[in-house]
Amino acid sequence: MSPDINPVDPSLPLDPLPGHSSRGRLERVLRRGEFAVTAELNPPDSADPNEVYERAAIFDGWVDGVNAVDASGANCHMSSVGICALLTRMGYAPIMQIACRDKNRIAIQGDVLGASAMGVQNILCLTGDGVQGGDQPGAKPVFDLDSMSLLETIRTMRDEAKFLSGRKLSTPPTVFLGAAINPFVPPFDFRPLHFAKKIRAGAQFVQSQYCYDVALFREFMKRVRDMGLNEQCYILVGVGPLASAKTARWMKNNVPGVHIPDAVIKRIEGAKDQKNEGKRLCIDIIDEVKEIEGVHGVHVMAYRQEEYVAEIVHESGVLKGRSPWKREARRDESQVVERLEHLLNRDAVSPQEMAGRAAHPEKV
Amino acid sequence: MAEAPARPAARKNPAPKPEIGPVNFSADGRKRRALTIRLWSIRHARLLEWFYDQFASTLLKLHPLFARVGYDRAERPVSTVERGVKGFLFDCRMCGQCVLSSTGMSCPMNCPKQLRNGPCGGVRADGNCEVNAELPCVWVKAWEGSRAMKGGDAILAVQKPVSQALRDTSSWLRVTREAAERKASA
Repeated sequence: MSPDINPVDPSLPLDPLPGHSSRGRLERVLRRGEFAVTAELNPPDSADPNEVYERAAIFDGWVDGVNAVDASGANCHMSSVGICALLTRMGYAPIMQIACRDKNRIAIQGDVLGASAMGVQNILCLTGDGVQGGDQPGAKPVFDLDSMSLLETIRTMRDEAKFLSGRKLSTPPTVFLGAAINPFVPPFDFRPLHFAKKIRAGAQFVQSQYCYDVALFREFMKRVRDMGLNEQCYILVGVGPLASAKTARWMKNNVPGVHIPDAVIKRIEGAKDQKNEGKRLCIDIIDEVKEIEGVHGVHVMAYRQEEYVAEIVHESGVLKGRSPWKREARRDESQVVERLEHLLNRDAVSPQEMAGRAAHPEKV
Repeated sequence: MAEAPARPAARKNPAPKPEIGPVNFSADGRKRRALTIRLWSIRHARLLEWFYDQFASTLLKLHPLFARVGYDRAERPVSTVERGVKGFLFDCRMCGQCVLSSTGMSCPMNCPKQLRNGPCGGVRADGNCEVNAELPCVWVKAWEGSRAMKGGDAILAVQKPVSQALRDTSSWLRVTREAAERKASA
């Protein structure tokens, strides 16, 4: 049984621990020094809560956090707030993504309070993709804050219990703050310094963009270690299976910020079973990056191949036998059953007998 | 005999594509000229930094004049000049809270996402913008410009979000006034 469950009800926050800023599972796992695994939930284009539950159930027992994306790629889907509301009810540990593209500072701060009230313990601050790449290119891009000022805003709300305007909060949100890094695109010299800037703004953990170029990532991590950043922030490397060489090429050309070396595409193209090779490649990359000093976990983004996440995590062996939280029958339910059985089966003693025993203890 | 109408090919995404795509940056006319001058300014960031330092102290010397005329009344003529000069050199958008000295003389309001704290994760391999493939990333250029500047490490400071309340006001006057007040209280 995972130690990171509220014994009363898995959907409730955990007891606060010293040095922890949230009451969630992900922060505990990372601070204990365990290798964390997170995955990304493919948001439904639907108003049916069961679609969210089905898509989350696939990660049961394999991940420490589930990213609820905020209209990734500027495509419209169920909102991250909505997905998080559903997931926290069931006891999952969602990582709520907030993109600056669609909401201004008023809406974002309101969402942070609402999310924290619903039990969301992790928030990932993103800039967001441009609207031009999405399904509604005519939308007005907001970008009132950027990922950096968003981090700082939420950190201020949490640590100083006030809004950006300075107005007081009666109860601050308790969240573990995350950000994204992309070491695979220019300006390469600036990327580690930009990461340091995010830490100064409040990032406690980061998830990286898809890593297909391990050599480049190694170089980045070397500078990160030289600056001591890996001791100030938990680093989760983004990985994911490529379904085919065609998908890889498409992603390389159409998904902003994804860098896939030609050698990787060639390897998949040369395989008999491309899908299987894509999975193997993902496991190989995990094997390599988990050994890099300063890496604290992986973030598995298996878009439309979510069923492979369990397999990838299992085969790469990163959990080292640990089993993350899994949705089970509520513990209080089993406690009620136990208590009832106890009441029904215990040795029946009548009140008269009890009074008699109390009056004449020498007879007993 | 007429053939049975062929069934439309099954498509995974039947959503119609917009007839007119997103408006891309057209490298002609005013825009190209503005971009050329803006890139010149970034290449000469060191020179402009030096000039700006001189200019700031000149403005500070003019503080008694501004104070006598009244900063409110000085606002209009100064902001008109500021708009003209900075618009020409940096393609300035008059956000009213200039951070050019912290961004390698590359105006961050030219970024399609108006990012003030560094590049997003979507920069193309050639260093161009995710949103607009013809535009060199404002922040790739900012980083280059900052490396030429003496105080270039100001790029590492976390910037506050833009206050829309200051839009179209003179950044020069505000900075001068603040500096004068700091000097008076020191």
